[in-house]
Amino acid sequence: MLLKDEVEMLRRVPLFSGVAPAKLKLLAFTSERVSYKSGQVLFNQGDPADAAYVILSGAADILADSPSGEIKVAEIEHDSIVGEIAILCDTTRTATVKANSPLEALRISKDHFIKLLSDYPEMTIEIMRVLADRLSHTTTELSEARSKQKQHALK
Amino acid sequence: MEKSLTRYIWSNTRLQQIWILIVVAVSMIPYFLSFDLPKQIVNGPIQGTGFESPGATQTFMRIRYDVPYIGEVTFFNGLELTRFETLMALSFVFLLLVIINGLFKLYINTYKGRLGERMLRRIRFELIDRVLRFPPAQFKRVKSAEIATMIKDEVEPMGGFTGDAFVQPALLGGQALTALVFIIMQNFWLGMIAAGIVAIQGVVIPRMRKRLLELGRQRQLTARELSGRVGEIVDGIGTIHGNDTSNYERADIAARLGLIFSIRYDLYQWKFLVKFINNFLAQVTPFLFYSIGGVLALQGRLDIGQLVAVINAYKDLPGPLKELIDWDQARQDVQVKYAQVVEQFNVDQLVDAKIQALAPEPANRLEHSLHAVNLTISDDSGAPLLHHISVEIRPSETVAIVGNSASGAEALAEAFARLVWPDQGRITIDGTDLLELPESITGRRIAYAASDTYFFHGTLRDNLLYGLKHAPLTKVEYEGKHAIKYKWNLNEARRAGNPELDLNSDWVDYSSAGVTGPDDLFKVVRPVLDAVLISQDIQDMALRSLVNTATHTDLTDRIVELREALRKRLKKENLEDLVVPFKLKEYNPQATIGENLLFGTMKRPMMTNRKLAAHPYFRSVLRENDLYIDLYSMGLEIASNAVELFQDLPPDHPFFQQLTFMTADDIPAYQILLQKLQGRGIEAASPEERSNIIRLSFSYIEPRHRFGLLNDELMAKIVDARARFHENLPADLKEVIERYDPKKFISSATLLDNVLFGRVGFAQTDGSDKLREIMRDIFNKLGLFESVLSIGLDFDVGSGGKRLTNVQRQKLNVARALLKRSDYLILNRPLPALDQRVQDRITHNIMETIHKEGHSPSIIWVLSNTSLAKLFDRVIVFDSGALVEDGTHATLLEKNGVFKQLAS
Repeated sequence: MLLKDEVEMLRRVPLFSGVAPAKLKLLAFTSERVSYKSGQVLFNQGDPADAAYVILSGAADILADSPSGEIKVAEIEHDSIVGEIAILCDTTRTATVKANSPLEALRISKDHFIKLLSDYPEMTIEIMRVLADRLSHTTTELSEARSKQKQHALK
Repeated sequence: MEKSLTRYIWSNTRLQQIWILIVVAVSMIPYFLSFDLPKQIVNGPIQGTGFESPGATQTFMRIRYDVPYIGEVTFFNGLELTRFETLMALSFVFLLLVIINGLFKLYINTYKGRLGERMLRRIRFELIDRVLRFPPAQFKRVKSAEIATMIKDEVEPMGGFTGDAFVQPALLGGQALTALVFIIMQNFWLGMIAAGIVAIQGVVIPRMRKRLLELGRQRQLTARELSGRVGEIVDGIGTIHGNDTSNYERADIAARLGLIFSIRYDLYQWKFLVKFINNFLAQVTPFLFYSIGGVLALQGRLDIGQLVAVINAYKDLPGPLKELIDWDQARQDVQVKYAQVVEQFNVDQLVDAKIQALAPEPANRLEHSLHAVNLTISDDSGAPLLHHISVEIRPSETVAIVGNSASGAEALAEAFARLVWPDQGRITIDGTDLLELPESITGRRIAYAASDTYFFHGTLRDNLLYGLKHAPLTKVEYEGKHAIKYKWNLNEARRAGNPELDLNSDWVDYSSAGVTGPDDLFKVVRPVLDAVLISQDIQDMALRSLVNTATHTDLTDRIVELREALRKRLKKENLEDLVVPFKLKEYNPQATIGENLLFGTMKRPMMTNRKLAAHPYFRSVLRENDLYIDLYSMGLEIASNAVELFQDLPPDHPFFQQLTFMTADDIPAYQILLQKLQGRGIEAASPEERSNIIRLSFSYIEPRHRFGLLNDELMAKIVDARARFHENLPADLKEVIERYDPKKFISSATLLDNVLFGRVGFAQTDGSDKLREIMRDIFNKLGLFESVLSIGLDFDVGSGGKRLTNVQRQKLNVARALLKRSDYLILNRPLPALDQRVQDRITHNIMETIHKEGHSPSIIWVLSNTSLAKLFDRVIVFDSGALVEDGTHATLLEKNGVFKQLAS
């Protein structure tokens, strides 16, 4: 796959949709192109976060450790980005990501990602939007869970 | 050390000085004969005195002496020679005397020079010997660079002076005295005037020189301090950069240089003033002769003939006198320098030479307890570190010493290692004070490691085995020329008071490490390296280094086997695409175009990219098939891509790391180049521009850069060019280019490249980690891991071991202590640079594996991590300089005292 194809794919990722193609080409060029076989792990829960991954093709499972063992939290497909939150918060990985089919990705290192955000405010806003979206999603889930718990207690 | 240089020189070179004095005295005979001869030649054969009648002859060379009591003895009756023959004979005698004088001079100068060099060698050695015997506290006060300058520069003039120390005053003094006596013989009073002026010179000049000497002393001190400061700047460069104090250092150095300048300028002025007065006094004597002598002559009280004779005789006085005064100046100068140096090296409590005496035989085991008796130690400010500690450490006992950082635990460990000397009390083994035991016992039977490591410039192997090099254990047999040279060296060493130890001998005491020789050394080295968790690092060093194919044949001979094992293993683990191997007939997409073309490695520094690019053969290969046009247009594409991507970025942008084929500074130049050349053929570019463009294509790797510039046709062309390049490779290139050959070890490539024999795919994440593990496994399975370690041990650690990381240095420091297999192993918080987790693992390794292996030393470990105390037989707790608790781990925990607090 060539640089220009990667640029096309990057444009389909919502996070980068507002970024000029020339910048996306630069991003693609400075990122590492990595490929995984089915079952290979992109990163493990608890690892230090050093990069974000844009999935170009294939799909991966997001797995989290729980007292009852590893559970699948979500699945991500191509044109999505994974691992960006841990970079921003400077924390360790909160979940494990494992390819469930042959997977191609662009690995954007932490320094480059932060640099991109500071260079392109539109990306920062997009990230904020995604985060706010997730937060409201989680808040709704939490309040639902709480009300369920209350009802349960009342019974 | 002797305080007076003259006495020092005399006591060390007495016989030689007397010999040279005799030789000088003998050399005076032909010297004076040659003065007389010209007169004889001119008067005799040339002017014809004694040859008045034609055919007259003279007796030549009759040797006849009046010997008392015996009467006249004729040794040689002489030859009867004509005038012409006499002229020739006398001329040849003159020539002979010239040669003899020259030979004397040659001998005397060589002899004096050699004497001086031996003296210099002796002084330098003696000074270093003293440094080796300084008490530990002395090293807190001295700067290494200052000591180095003293030994190297400040004693240097002493060598030159040694040869002249006695000969010069004897010779010149004799000459001056002769001239003076001669003047006095001509006329007593005029002679007295000359003597008076000489006396004034002798009194005044040395007085004026006092200031010169003082200035000279200051010059020496300031210069020494300067070198000390330069040393500090070099050692402390990190601190200087980190604090932006470089300008403060500049100011300091400038101030010092200013001071040195003013001292030197002052010195210079005085020196020439003294010279002026000296010359004036010398010249004033003839003035007195002319005026006073003239008046006396006019009054008729002095014969004119006498006056002329006096003035003639005086010509011979100032020369030697001036030289004598110069000699005296040199003497005083050197004496001051010497005294300055000696003062620095005359240290109280110098370690007795007996304690460091050479002991080639192995030291006996220490089978007695180590007793600290009423031990008190203070730091330099006088603050007590330990108060009256008495403790006994028994052989084979493992003791953990715990306490916070100012508790005194470290001081006790340092005292056990002889690094600090107690103020009161002592440490004894079997009743003998530790400080009185020879170092051949304590240095071999006690091992010590702390956090401050020191590594000498050399290989890792040298440093690791450093603790075993106590004495030359083998006798090296020299043959032929080497034997003569060796004998000569020994002889010279003896004459200069240097020891006769042979550095070429094998100093490593293998038996004390528990092995028989260098061949089975890894039997003990490997477990130690494994225990301190450094064998992986050493494997990595080996993988990254070029292998000496002459000494490591055990590995290089099996390279094919290694490569096959790696391929098989990768296949088995389904990782085949991790490494793309080099194949002669195939393009390797993970390697650069340059590598694909060359298909081999260059022996640097004899061959470089630039040299190859300029080589006519290489150019002719590119020109065939028009490959260079393809590469040129490819280079243009790369340049335009790079310029498009990076032109807007500031030069320090992190993205530039990804740009492997040019730097941020190149971008504008390529931008201009592109404007000129884009859309036009290769003809438009000058040769330099062409090579600048083509150069870019050589670093191109398709899967990495992904510009889509490489197609099957071009790859085939490159493989074809590769074949042609190697087919008729001219001899000069053959020597410096090694073609990739799957059956051969490539000596100019690293071990890693040799084993991989291919390139790691770019798309493979953590490929190198996986490869490291796999390789270690393969090395182990093939029994080659020790060879790999051996290659890694060839690593050059750099000055002070600075090419190693701090973590590696601390691990190796412990390894070095372990290798000694001592009876008392003292570890004084040896690994603070490591993570707690790694420290714990190493502690467990040492306590559990090394100690259980048969040889059981007593281990005294000052722990950073109190929880590890449970691994030890006994725990000693220190608190503010006092021993507060002592017992087993379990009893101390029950006691609810200081240890429990520390442990929680």
